[in-house]
Amino acid sequence: MNTQDTRRPSGKKLSLKEKYAQMTRGLGWDTTYEPMDKVFDQLGLEGIKIHDWDKWEDPFRLTMDAYWKYQAEKERKLYAVLDAFQQNNGHLNISDARYVNTLKLFFTGITPAEYNAHRLFSMLGRQFPGPGAAIACQMQAVDELRHVQTQIHCISQYNKYFNGLHDHTVMNDRLWYLSVPKSFFEDAISSGPFEQIIAISFALEYLLTNLVFMPFMSGAAYNGDMATVTFGFSSQSDEARHMTLGLECIKFVLEQDPGNAAIIQRYLDKWFWRGYKVLGLVSMMLDYMLPKKVMSWKEAWDIYFVQNGGSLFNDLSRYGLRMPKYWEQSVAEAEHLSHQTWNAFYNFSGAAAFHVWLPSDEDMAWLAEKYPNTFDQHYRPRIEHYRKLQAEGKRYYNPSLPMLCQTCQTPLIFTEMDDPTRTSHRQLEHDGDTYHFCSDGCRDIFAGQPDKYVSAWLPAHQILQGNCVEPGAEAAGDPGADALRYFHVVAGQDNLDYEGSPDEANWLRWKGLDKMPPAAAA
Amino acid sequence: MSVEIRVASIDPIRQTFARTARRFGADKPASRYQEASFDLQPRDNFHYRPVWDPQRDIYDRRRTAIEMRDWDDFRDPRQYYYATYVLNRARMQEAAEKNFEFVDRHGLMATLNAGQVQDIETLLLPLRHLEWAANLNNCFISAYCFGSPMAQGAIYTTTDRLGIAQYLSRIGLLIDGNSGQSLADAKARWLDDPAWQPLRRLTERSLVQKDWFEIFFAQNLVLDGLIHPLLYAPFHSGVGDAGGAYLAMLTEFIKDWSADNQKWVDACLKIAAAESPVNRARLSAWTTAWKAQALDALAPLAQRAAHLDGPERLAAASRALDQRIAKLGFDAA
Ligand SMILES: [Fe+2]
Ligand SMILES: [Fe+2]
Repeated sequence: MNTQDTRRPSGKKLSLKEKYAQMTRGLGWDTTYEPMDKVFDQLGLEGIKIHDWDKWEDPFRLTMDAYWKYQAEKERKLYAVLDAFQQNNGHLNISDARYVNTLKLFFTGITPAEYNAHRLFSMLGRQFPGPGAAIACQMQAVDELRHVQTQIHCISQYNKYFNGLHDHTVMNDRLWYLSVPKSFFEDAISSGPFEQIIAISFALEYLLTNLVFMPFMSGAAYNGDMATVTFGFSSQSDEARHMTLGLECIKFVLEQDPGNAAIIQRYLDKWFWRGYKVLGLVSMMLDYMLPKKVMSWKEAWDIYFVQNGGSLFNDLSRYGLRMPKYWEQSVAEAEHLSHQTWNAFYNFSGAAAFHVWLPSDEDMAWLAEKYPNTFDQHYRPRIEHYRKLQAEGKRYYNPSLPMLCQTCQTPLIFTEMDDPTRTSHRQLEHDGDTYHFCSDGCRDIFAGQPDKYVSAWLPAHQILQGNCVEPGAEAAGDPGADALRYFHVVAGQDNLDYEGSPDEANWLRWKGLDKMPPAAAA
Repeated sequence: MSVEIRVASIDPIRQTFARTARRFGADKPASRYQEASFDLQPRDNFHYRPVWDPQRDIYDRRRTAIEMRDWDDFRDPRQYYYATYVLNRARMQEAAEKNFEFVDRHGLMATLNAGQVQDIETLLLPLRHLEWAANLNNCFISAYCFGSPMAQGAIYTTTDRLGIAQYLSRIGLLIDGNSGQSLADAKARWLDDPAWQPLRRLTERSLVQKDWFEIFFAQNLVLDGLIHPLLYAPFHSGVGDAGGAYLAMLTEFIKDWSADNQKWVDACLKIAAAESPVNRARLSAWTTAWKAQALDALAPLAQRAAHLDGPERLAAASRALDQRIAKLGFDAA
């Protein structure tokens, strides 16, 4: 009720949407002393046409004061839990120390990706000329920094008690299998602004995020990891905003110009396949690394991609979009992906920053139930063979360096779907050199931007060329030992089997299991 | 079942992360600020050259003329990481919210005289657009700078500047009864009023700079260092008659923010200046270039604010900036 003000028009109540629009949308202006295409100089890089930035629908109408207030409330709660976790040695409540290896994968693979997302969204926050789009990206830029930091503070306690978490940033830059997520993010961040946002906001945050978050957060919940569960829950409302941004941006771009759809489809084909290849690491985490299992990779892919993704693309078909190329292949591979990935890490565990182990009888029964068409037929015999070798003291290691896919950087460890005895291997000539790929999808991506992908830093090649030597250190002459030191992986501490590791010895001691007869401790 | 607690046997095997230990020492637990802020940006083995800057790496030291041996040296004296940042701003916004609510509930804007309303309309509200440019400039720094501490400070300033632009908008909505007319008028001034054009021209020039440290310098030191004392400060101290106190309440956030942000800005500049004579020469050259331009750009607004001692305020602000620069370790001139 406005009763006081007679000189000014009476103060009508504004809806949240109107208030947000008044406070925010008019802030930008068309520059005249400097040309607009110099102020926002990346918009012409990709051929995407935007006619009217004012048509952008703000996906979340959050003013800064409300943002500070909500986020501070979340931080108060989150840090109260983290404080309690530290004071009470919460790390002793997890199901088994093997579980921590999933955190090692997350912390060295995903947390640095969150950092890249922080910078990528800062770029978008500066590059998009409409305040609506720019502000949504700026808020995500600061959210992503939040995710980096809350993950660091959550893992801080684990790092004090377990190995393999101690040097996540250097490992992400150098360690061979981490070039898979690293190159994924660098591929995105080195692209033009529209590809950046389609890659991360849509393909990753909207289409595939459930396949990263659900496995790790549910895995944490099932395995007694209160710290990770809490930061997972706490970031959920951020993620909801980010997913909305992903959907809004794709609809906005598609509605702006009919010519945009073909470019967006190309981006979706590429980023679906890029993202799917990174998720190979998640598949083995779900099926092999969680002591208490949540669901199988195949189940997760079926629910979160085939069903949810399918209905999303139904929705988008009115813009002329179709399901991403090779999606059917990802479904066919779902019966094999985790088994082949875990096998590779079992083979190369000498050069990894986490521990591996062979599945127990109980684990194998679960795998057989979840993978009735493939596990007993192809993968159980191999695991039993490894077991036998281990019992004979002849634990198998692969002494070679694997050939890497030029695009996704996964080793060529996967088989043809119609013949599980044949390695899937594609080749392409470019400028007189032969390049190698894990799949048709990766070969196509390379063929689309060969000049980009020829510059990829392939760890196996770099090791063989003698480039993986710790700066300032004497080369030991043994490329394997030099590479480990370069990766900041401490031999005998971070790598190899869980059994016999310092992690295992510490765990048994802390839990008082070291005094028990071995059978009871297992 | 009895539970045996054996605290002694669960001593940590290390105190902190390796990157934190390399920087701050391995023998003691690190603070949350230390673990969350330093050495996070990727350094090695970049896979691809960015399409938006094909001559350089994704993260590249060469995006500024300033040189540092250690780009993670930019420690924030406020020790903000995300949680401490939002907790601080949440406290500040709570106070601001009470102020706005108080003024609104009691219809106190009606007590302002015509001159005060005109000052708001002609001198304060167009600054929304300057704050938006400051937001974009700091966002640029966060995107393209080198090292995680600088990117962190800059993204907080980015969101701060949006917050300030929104508080200014709310002041406008209070005086125009939520019609938005005052904001439309302020935008027209920003775009066409001759007194605002030199500042808009300089602002647009800042938006096409590519050296991120120069942008930091121009925006966060020079422009802020002159504009706050010239255009914001008169409102902090309660201009004119009775109602002036309410304007001080409505701009309190901006005043407190400026003092807080200046700690970070000065720390960064001091560190860069202390690094090398080359940096000091570069910072001095930027001072010469940007300060003269900014004084010229602000002169018509100082005239416009003559009844608020505009010219004297600008002259004093210029002297204060020189003194501040001398303390930061490079030449004002
Ligand atoms: Fe995130
Ligand atoms: Fe591949």
